[in-house]
Amino acid sequence: MIELVSYGAFFLTLALTYAIMCLGLNVQWGQTGLFNVGVAGFVGIGAYVSALLTTPDAPDRFGGFDLPIAVGWIVAAVAAALASAMLGALTLRLRADYLAIATFGFAVVVQLAVLNLQHLTGGPFGVSFIPRPFGSLAGDPLLFGLCNLGVVAAVTLAIYAALEHLTRSPWGRVLRAIREDEQAAAALGKNATLFRLQAFAVGGAIMGLAGAVQGHFIGYISPEGYMPILTFQVWAMLIVGGSGNNRGAIAGAILVWAFWAASGAVLAALVPADQQARASALKIVMIGVAICLVLLLRPRGLLGELKTVSRHVEKSDAQAKDSTL
Amino acid sequence: MIAQLLMDGLIAGSMIGLGAVGITLTYSILRFANFAHGEMISWSAYFALSVSTALATSLSGLATPVGPFSFGWSLPLALVAGMALTGLLALIVDYILFARLRKRGASAIIMVMAGFGASLTLRSLLEFFFTSKPAYFTNALQIARPLFAGARATPDQLLSLVLAVSLVGVVHVILTRTAAGRAMRAVSENQALAGLAGIDVTKTIRLVWLFGSSLAAVAGVLAGVLVQIRPYMGHDLLLPLFAAAILGGIGSVPGAMLAGLIVGLAEAMCVNFIGAEWRAAVSFFILVAILLLRPQGLFGKAVA
Repeated sequence: MIELVSYGAFFLTLALTYAIMCLGLNVQWGQTGLFNVGVAGFVGIGAYVSALLTTPDAPDRFGGFDLPIAVGWIVAAVAAALASAMLGALTLRLRADYLAIATFGFAVVVQLAVLNLQHLTGGPFGVSFIPRPFGSLAGDPLLFGLCNLGVVAAVTLAIYAALEHLTRSPWGRVLRAIREDEQAAAALGKNATLFRLQAFAVGGAIMGLAGAVQGHFIGYISPEGYMPILTFQVWAMLIVGGSGNNRGAIAGAILVWAFWAASGAVLAALVPADQQARASALKIVMIGVAICLVLLLRPRGLLGELKTVSRHVEKSDAQAKDSTL
Repeated sequence: MIAQLLMDGLIAGSMIGLGAVGITLTYSILRFANFAHGEMISWSAYFALSVSTALATSLSGLATPVGPFSFGWSLPLALVAGMALTGLLALIVDYILFARLRKRGASAIIMVMAGFGASLTLRSLLEFFFTSKPAYFTNALQIARPLFAGARATPDQLLSLVLAVSLVGVVHVILTRTAAGRAMRAVSENQALAGLAGIDVTKTIRLVWLFGSSLAAVAGVLAGVLVQIRPYMGHDLLLPLFAAAILGGIGSVPGAMLAGLIVGLAEAMCVNFIGAEWRAAVSFFILVAILLLRPQGLFGKAVA
């Protein structure tokens, strides 16, 4: 029983770290229509920045500054925001799909950098001894797991609440206006490039934070954690859950992660060891097919974007209903 | 030393150029960046490998190497079959996925995403069928022969370079001198207007897919002959291909080839002076530079 609860806590904590990435992608794609194929790069930057700042001093690489975890998380978000702002400034004024190509390249470069800058990132060996929240409770797995779940859930909820607020704010309205009809928005005096840049940076910051939170939860990071497959997973989560809907982003993350973990367990149990690599290729095929199918059959995802998000409109609708009764 | 660097760069660059021509065609005519183009390269290599293995086992005479090259007649035959099969694959993917989205009037970015999903599916299918172990057309070893100023190259490499450059010439002539080519350029300028002028847009789009995938097939087979065949070979080429297509100017066929050679040379320089482990980053920095300095590319028209 206790094992089951602590596995549940572990699973949900990990799923929520993906949910945070998914929320970040939702700001970029769901709200603003910016196609980011380099999610893994931004998550990786966040994870490595926070790890460098908070690990104890390490003789074989630069740093290990032993700073508090919270400092690591904040700086991770800022670093990822800066990286996305720079990439955005480069491409957002050009054709829409140049951003896709540039982010794709960005993720490749981040991957190479963490692999090759060995005295900064530990190279292929990664960074270990990343301090974990409530590390002193590690002797009691259940309590430790639940406390971590609490922290990650609180971060997810805080971001969710903030994003819901932003979606309903004038800023969120401008983003959707630009996505739907850029010329009309420009005619109303909105600088489309600037708003896109802001949305891209906010999304990048959230992804960086997600990377840091995940790194601190697991306690160890290495370049394999930030391969293109991570980008694909986060995309599948958002598309399945419903892009444009923050609750959909969280639900999609938990659902896809559950499917991923369960199919991994089933494959491990059923498929002989020498065929494991082939079988896991099939898992990725399923993610690809799922993305295409949702695009073709249910572009809104499970929970689609809400038609109206303004409480003023909702209020006046309700009044209109009341008066007809 | 420098001559060898040039040689290596040009040979790698000719494959990048071929792929980039395919990208630039689909990009300018179908109006989206096709992330599945890399998978056309990988699939064509595996198609050709299957055909050439089947030919060589059934008719062993076809496997004896021709002249100075490492491969027998089975390979050119397999290349033709590979081009046909890859073209068919592209048409199937278009029919299942892109055509439906086009009909619905999906935006370019939805098409990019669909391509992204297709690329994921196709690549992992290859990994499922053939595993990620590298495969080779032949196990024959070739000795590089001295050419000029101390540069060396194998006959296979020289043949690839000549084939790639002449193929681009052919594509350029078709695009500028034939009715089909004019139709493609018209559709790229304005799809609705081209339709009004009596051009069969659906047929032209199919032709573009066939064209782009055949070029990808040649690039895939050449890469398979010169390097090796892996499920990720096309995916790893994708960033250099995009960098070359944008550097050359979207829509410009000679530009894409020239830019492919430039990217290949830059990668060779990087391997020599900085280190092979940074090779994959070269394309990104070329991309950043071109987007900063001349977003329309070397031969592109300036568009907003």
